[in-house]
Amino acid sequence: FYLTPPQVNSILKANEYSFKVPEFDGKNVSSVLGFDSNQLPANAPIEDRRSAATCLQTRGMLLGVFDGHAGCACAQAVSERLFYYIAVSLLPHETLLEIENAVESGRALLPILQWHKHPNDYFSKEASKLYFNSLRTYWQELIDLNSGETTDVREALINAFKRLDNDISLEAQVGDPNSFLNYLVLRVAFSGATACVAHVDGVDLHIANTGDSRAMLGVQEEDGSWSAVNLSYDHNAQNEREVERVKMEHPKSEEKSLVKQDRLLGLLMPFRAFGDVKFKWSIELQKRVIESGPDQLNDNEYTKFIPPNYHTPPYLTAEPEVIHHKLRPQDKFLVLATDGLWETMHRQDVARIVGEYLTGVHHQQPIAVGGYKVTLGQMHGLLTERRARISSVFEDQNAATHLIRHAVGNNEFGTVDHERLSKMLSLPEELARMYRDDITIIVVQFNSHVIGAYQNEE
Amino acid sequence: AAGMFLRLLSDIQWRAAHLKWRRMTSSQRSTSTAAEPHPVSLPAQAQVVICGGGIMGTSVAYHLSKMGWKDIVLLEQGRLAAGTTRFCAGIVSTARPVSIELKMAHYSNKLYQQLEQETGVQTGYMKTGSISLAQTQDRLISLKRIASSLNVMGIPCEIISPKKVVQLHPLINIHDLVGAMYVPEDALVSSANVSLALATAASRNGVQIHERTSVSHVTVQKGRVTGVETDRGRIQCEYFVNCAGQWAYELGHSGEEPVHIPLHACEHFYLLTHPLKEPLSSSLPTVVDPDGRIYIRNWQGGILSGGFEKNPKPLFTEGRNQLEIQNLQEDWDHFGPLLSALLRRMPGLEALQILQLVNCPESFTPDMRCIMGESPTARGYFVLAGMNSAGISYGGGAGKYLAEWMVNGYPSENVWPLDLKRFGTLQSSRTFLRHRVMEVMPLMCDLKVPRWDFQTGRQLRTSPLYDRLDAQGARWMEKHGFERVKYFVPPGKDLLDLDHSKTFYKPDWFDIVGSEVKCCKEAVCVIDMSSFTKFEISSTGDQALESLQYLFSNDLDVPVGHVVHTGMLNEKGGYENDCSIARLSKRSFFMISPTDQQVHCWAWLKKRLPDDSNLVMEDVTWKYTALNLIGPRAVDVLSELSYAPMTAEHFPSLFCKEMSVGYANGIRVMSITHTGEPGFVLYIPIEYALHVYNEVMNMGQKYGIRNAGYYALRSLRIEKFFAFWGQDLDAFTTPMECGREFQVKLEKGMQFLGQEALLEQKQNGVYKRFTMFILEDHDTDLDLWPWWGEPIFRNGRYVGKTTSSAYSYTLERHVCLGFVHHFDEKTGEELVVTTDFINQGEYEIDIAGQRFQAKAKLYPFSSLFTQRRRKDEVELSGYQRE
Repeated sequence: FYLTPPQVNSILKANEYSFKVPEFDGKNVSSVLGFDSNQLPANAPIEDRRSAATCLQTRGMLLGVFDGHAGCACAQAVSERLFYYIAVSLLPHETLLEIENAVESGRALLPILQWHKHPNDYFSKEASKLYFNSLRTYWQELIDLNSGETTDVREALINAFKRLDNDISLEAQVGDPNSFLNYLVLRVAFSGATACVAHVDGVDLHIANTGDSRAMLGVQEEDGSWSAVNLSYDHNAQNEREVERVKMEHPKSEEKSLVKQDRLLGLLMPFRAFGDVKFKWSIELQKRVIESGPDQLNDNEYTKFIPPNYHTPPYLTAEPEVIHHKLRPQDKFLVLATDGLWETMHRQDVARIVGEYLTGVHHQQPIAVGGYKVTLGQMHGLLTERRARISSVFEDQNAATHLIRHAVGNNEFGTVDHERLSKMLSLPEELARMYRDDITIIVVQFNSHVIGAYQNEE
Repeated sequence: AAGMFLRLLSDIQWRAAHLKWRRMTSSQRSTSTAAEPHPVSLPAQAQVVICGGGIMGTSVAYHLSKMGWKDIVLLEQGRLAAGTTRFCAGIVSTARPVSIELKMAHYSNKLYQQLEQETGVQTGYMKTGSISLAQTQDRLISLKRIASSLNVMGIPCEIISPKKVVQLHPLINIHDLVGAMYVPEDALVSSANVSLALATAASRNGVQIHERTSVSHVTVQKGRVTGVETDRGRIQCEYFVNCAGQWAYELGHSGEEPVHIPLHACEHFYLLTHPLKEPLSSSLPTVVDPDGRIYIRNWQGGILSGGFEKNPKPLFTEGRNQLEIQNLQEDWDHFGPLLSALLRRMPGLEALQILQLVNCPESFTPDMRCIMGESPTARGYFVLAGMNSAGISYGGGAGKYLAEWMVNGYPSENVWPLDLKRFGTLQSSRTFLRHRVMEVMPLMCDLKVPRWDFQTGRQLRTSPLYDRLDAQGARWMEKHGFERVKYFVPPGKDLLDLDHSKTFYKPDWFDIVGSEVKCCKEAVCVIDMSSFTKFEISSTGDQALESLQYLFSNDLDVPVGHVVHTGMLNEKGGYENDCSIARLSKRSFFMISPTDQQVHCWAWLKKRLPDDSNLVMEDVTWKYTALNLIGPRAVDVLSELSYAPMTAEHFPSLFCKEMSVGYANGIRVMSITHTGEPGFVLYIPIEYALHVYNEVMNMGQKYGIRNAGYYALRSLRIEKFFAFWGQDLDAFTTPMECGREFQVKLEKGMQFLGQEALLEQKQNGVYKRFTMFILEDHDTDLDLWPWWGEPIFRNGRYVGKTTSSAYSYTLERHVCLGFVHHFDEKTGEELVVTTDFINQGEYEIDIAGQRFQAKAKLYPFSSLFTQRRRKDEVELSGYQRE
């Protein structure tokens, strides 16, 4: 069984999405040129999610990848809701008032986010009312709290993450009279999701990360080579500080049982996550909710199973670590990706492949003979070489797709091996998860000219 | 910097010539100094204003002034010869597949040759000859076909072996060649200088030339040109000539009443090199390698090489300022495949240094033929543009024909294939043009086989039955934007794909069409003929009859319900149109013409019908779906569907009656089939089309009815010796020359257009005669098929060309139709062609250089008509009795 190159391409490109920030008057005033994103499932259905949106009431753009576990419900909910929580956290008091008044009097709402979605990225219609009410409660509290201070992005991100996780937990405890919704909120709360979110506003780049997805900055050195700068820390057993943090939060007696086989309580890979109430609620609460919950929940062995050595919950938090980075002209792109990518590729390779891909686009610039002495033979050689390069790079019109092609198809020499690619992509559903994880990638391209101009202003 | 260098270089050359011209004009009119931008003010009026100072505009000015018209103003928005003409590669090549284009190129070549002597302006004319290479046998066949036509025109031309190619051009790599065509008299010129020479001669003859003057629009009143508005004021004029090249479309659309000139520009690239170490001789022949899509000529010791790539880049779709032509970018990646082809053809050039890649936009038309003639809507508005990158080859001849057209009212050759009126508004969509020219430009180099169809810009006009027919296996061709069925591929069968079906031999649809023809002969077939042009002409009194009696050659004063075949002739008795006219009532007529007559016939009649509000002409083409029921059983199908007797006593041939078919009433039924076979055409108001079609097919089942297409129709009409307008008949053919005297009312003492010319021919005889040829020693399976344009030889001497051909499934032979002339053996003068002359010759038809014996006939095989029909009727009645 063998997939032809076009078949491989159609699999790889099925979920690709590109967004270009529109230009005004021929000049792009945003520090973001645009982004490419893509997903390749290994689970069926895929448990990764992605989101991208432009903030309409404040400046800036939000991008995020979400890696679900124990189902996709939590990742789906976070991908729909988190950006609203962030946007609301960033809104000034007056705008919040305006929005609240509009809702109160039934007027049309100011749009808060402009989403940039692939047709396959969906929002659950059934839960929208419920989600909206929770969000409204949040902004009403923000209005009441009115600190009068201008909003700090770091704080806004942290508040939004924590608040959403709190709402997920509350909604599951309260339940919903509608049985479908009731089951949904429980599934959201009992599954989990990591989140890695970027907020770009001018030269200010904030990364808020919860879990083991990763943000990486692609930097072009003066000699033209590419290097990678991490803008997030993985929250897992490989991160000593994270292991320390967890140990600090629990009594000494649990030290041995906290992290086993590189997993939290011997079960969970990420050390921070949304949902996963099994690691957050008390045993009593879990039992109560499950017993009063629908039969489907009761029948599920996983939800009923209480983690071993479960003494002092919560063991898990959704609070993100936020890193702020001032963008420089040499910062060419940002890669946000779930661990499916980082398991297979070193960040240095990621930086190089994306960097060469993006500059390959610029190599498209026309050749001009000008005053140089060029012979027909030399020109012919040059053109042939360009064609060969273009045909390999430009099989992909999307940097994320290009990266996935390498992640899945790279051989030991670091080049894409079609046979390998074909084998990996034709694995049956049951086997796919053994060889690879879901991969979700967003590649954000920066506008060095705009960033340079910002720098000069400062 | 190299670019600058070239530009400077050509500017210097140009200025030198330009100054000469300027000095000359200023001495003549002693008004100008070269420094002032606009030394001479525009005249307030002129007889002719020509817009465009490229090769076309200057050629028209040159020829008009030669023919005695003096009051001419030529306006150029930039400088003379600054547009496409300036960048043109300067190759004058007569190797053209279309006969009229070949004639234009031949004339251009002769004109340019003596132009330097006539004007004193250096034109750079150099007779180098040209070699067209064939990498495949099919290509060689197409070259042989062209060689045949060149030879009978008296243009030297030879099919040569690859070895001979090397002798003519030592740089050529011949290992992949199967042969070539050598045309020793083809030439090179500096196209800008040819243009300047023509301008110089024209201005000597009194033509005023104004540079840096743009025409903003042309004013038209009551359907006549009245003047032009320029950025320097208005000029009143009677005639306007749009020679604006790639801007012709926009200029045509700038006025209140748009003149549709369907052309679209594409980028065109060619390469210039430094001289070779041992500079190439300026007399080295030009090389055309169509399979490699390139041409190569010598240029200042180096080469100039360009081509027609598979993926052209159309530009200026939105319309642009002409200045942008200067700033077009070189695109090496785009040129890459052509460079590969060049180095493959001449590997020795690897070390040759590049000077520049020139980007020179060319304008292309929807059918690869240029556009000339008068606007159908604005009298006095003439057009000459859309040269499909052969402007310099056509320039001289095209300018001559257009000048003749303006001065005499008609050109000296049949230019219908180039006539602006072959297009309508429907070809003027920018999207259509953009898509179509992307197909046309690569076609410049593609193999031109019989019966190819354009693939782009399709499904524009369709019959309401389109989907039904398509679902039944219809294969389509397009005429004037209308989809027409070629044939129906039976279920379970499949034909070759497009590329593989290209052939000069027996095509893959041979048996399919054969069975459709058989069904037409023995049972009944339905052909959707909705594309035909349909006009209704009616009046309150006798105006319609009176006007039509003058404009048409056959007697139309027939009883109501009769159908008349008649020509619409010009003053010389030539066919402007060939149509069928039904008299619907005393005062109204229904006229059926060929599909591509929609614009031409309308304009012709509009121009000549009296301006009388009581006389109304309406184009009802779109209102009716036409179903042609061909075959002996058609009568049965129709009588069952209408409960009306349809036999010859009740419904004689050439009869027209409105009747019901199925539930649908008011169907116009005519007993003609355009094939000579028995049957009827049903003109059905379009909303009834599906119903009537379904009824006919259901009822027809028991009579063996099936769908058929135009290929079957074509075979039927050609074996019956039926001439078709546009194929066999044109404005230079009279009824007397094609045995149709019986369709002319010469004896009735009525005045009609063309009468005098016909009377003279009746008295003195004709100089050509439409003849039918049956190929004798031709093997349908193994020999090349005739197409049209094949030379006819009588007793070994050239006497004319074929105009159409088809395989006759009844005769099991190929039939060619064509015209026989009688050229005096010594002087070449044309003599009268008599019946004896035709009958007493031994004939041969030349197909790509191979001659086949043919039997000439002046009348169709009578056995194909009456006997068979009578036999069928007998059989039919026997069947009914049972």
